Amino acid sequence: MIPPLARKKLMNKHFMWLDLGFIQVTLLILVPIAAFLFSFAIGRYGIPVSQLLSTIYMHYFGSSTAQATNLDTVVFNIRLPRIIAGMLVGAALATAGAAYQGMFKNPLVSPDILGASAGAGFGACLAIFLSQSVYVIQISAFVFGLIAVLLACLINKHLDYDPTLGLVLGGILISTLFSSGIGAIKYFADANDKLPEITFWLMGSLSSVDKRDILSIIIPMLLGFIPLFIVRWRINVLAFGEEEARTLGINTQRLRLIVIIGSTLITAASVSICGMIGWIGLVVPHLARSIVGPNYRTLLPVTFILGASCLLLVDDLARCLGSVEVPLGILTALLGVPFFIIIFKNNVRGWK
Amino acid sequence: MLDLRNVYYSYDKSQVIHDLSFKVERGEFLCVLGPNGCGKTTLLKNILGLLSPSSGSILIDGEDVQEMPITRLAKIMGYIPQAHTPPFPFKVFDVVLMGRTSYLSSLAVPGKEDEKIAFASLDELNISHLKDKIYTKISGGERQLVLIARALAQQPKILVMDEPTASLDFGKQHLVLEHMRLLSKKGISIVMVTHDPDQALFCANKVVLMKKGRLLSMGTPEETIIEDSMKKMYDIDVKINGMKLPDNRTIRVCIPVPKPLKARLRAINGNSII
Repeated sequence: MIPPLARKKLMNKHFMWLDLGFIQVTLLILVPIAAFLFSFAIGRYGIPVSQLLSTIYMHYFGSSTAQATNLDTVVFNIRLPRIIAGMLVGAALATAGAAYQGMFKNPLVSPDILGASAGAGFGACLAIFLSQSVYVIQISAFVFGLIAVLLACLINKHLDYDPTLGLVLGGILISTLFSSGIGAIKYFADANDKLPEITFWLMGSLSSVDKRDILSIIIPMLLGFIPLFIVRWRINVLAFGEEEARTLGINTQRLRLIVIIGSTLITAASVSICGMIGWIGLVVPHLARSIVGPNYRTLLPVTFILGASCLLLVDDLARCLGSVEVPLGILTALLGVPFFIIIFKNNVRGWK
Repeated sequence: MLDLRNVYYSYDKSQVIHDLSFKVERGEFLCVLGPNGCGKTTLLKNILGLLSPSSGSILIDGEDVQEMPITRLAKIMGYIPQAHTPPFPFKVFDVVLMGRTSYLSSLAVPGKEDEKIAFASLDELNISHLKDKIYTKISGGERQLVLIARALAQQPKILVMDEPTASLDFGKQHLVLEHMRLLSKKGISIVMVTHDPDQALFCANKVVLMKKGRLLSMGTPEETIIEDSMKKMYDIDVKINGMKLPDNRTIRVCIPVPKPLKARLRAINGNSII
């Protein structure tokens, strides 16, 4: 006969495939749903929850006249795309950050530090400058993002210095390089037409996102997320280094390629619709790690959920803070820095 | 089991390994001894398939290591490196579970069966109590045992170790060696690189002596670890003598014999002082 307390422990042990307790799983499901509903309700055009629910009901089951009201337009054409975009981008940047950290066995990297964001930003700017379509913007963002990450790795290899710091240094160098590239494009851009477009986009904002944007990033997002989630357990093994991973039966070259391409793809897709948003990719993985530990089997899904919720809430703040919208990129940095110091200070004890 | 045939390995034009051939049978405990820089670690990396020999071949049950898929090799051969700390604080059990990597299908995460095997490996080394501890926070000796458990979870026929006791205190060194000796008695072949002739005398039943990438001699510890060969390898005089243990085993130990003090002082200072 198992005593009740031990039995409860056993039940809580491996809840679903996540290796988490029941309460943790419930919270992880409830937090994004709450954030999702909350984000509909608040804003310059406040909508009480009861009215929100009736609008949603009317949209799907009511008459066609009901769909043309102001409320309906706000909910479905303005807020819904923005909320979905915010969640997708947050999840993407955070997941990419966690995957990069595991693959490079380096707790200090993220899409922005590695240069992936700047590279993708440059690629997207270039395509906007050349008046290309949404799809070309994305492909260009992906290709240059990939080039940036590979260059950062190459510099690290060439420096032959402490690999953790070398990679960060390489990423900073590459970011600088691509940022000056962006500067050059802005300099040559038409001041009446292209320059404002590029500048607003670069500030990192979700305010201009519409349904079309979301549809255009769905496929690259899926192409990036699915392989990352499939290999997530194997990323753990890479933390022990190249040679050990190979003797444990990991095809390290193939795995690295999958992680780099997957992470860069979702980063580039995010950058292509809302510009460069920093810090989420560095802070959220550490937040998740401090809650559920370093095992990627659990860490990656939790990072996904927390990334989606965090960016959504920060975007809500950006919408409501002042009479004019605060650019999202600025807010994530403002909140990210102190948050990072707190989490890093608590986590770092486990590393050394 | 493991069969090396005329293995050569060169790196940047310099020959690191020169014509090595030896065999390891099932359940045999082989120690590779040699001075620093003699190519011991390079030899191990060749055996593990991490480097490929310039010429010659390394076979396991007649099959070339170089041609085996990486997952199949990991099911046959386990590697126990010197314990080091990974950048993330994994749980001990998760580390041991990583030994099951080669048995997973490409989609899966480890299942109940893998967890059972990982737990059995911990049990075999009497360290099940460490299961939920954080790998980066346990002691060096415990960490080394966890790595052995991880290799056992691979269910290998051969275990390869690179100075597994290098950073351990005296007591922990022998705890680890004793575990390895028991594993070889259970039929696992072991290849261990070590600096310490005493360790080879304590647990090996076959010894390979290397110097500058060449085979110096090979055979049982009694045949190979003798005063003459030690002098050749390490350039010092040694004395080797037997010692009776309570269980009636006689263990030989190897002790360096310094030159008499007077002679050494003379060598250092010339003849001026004395």
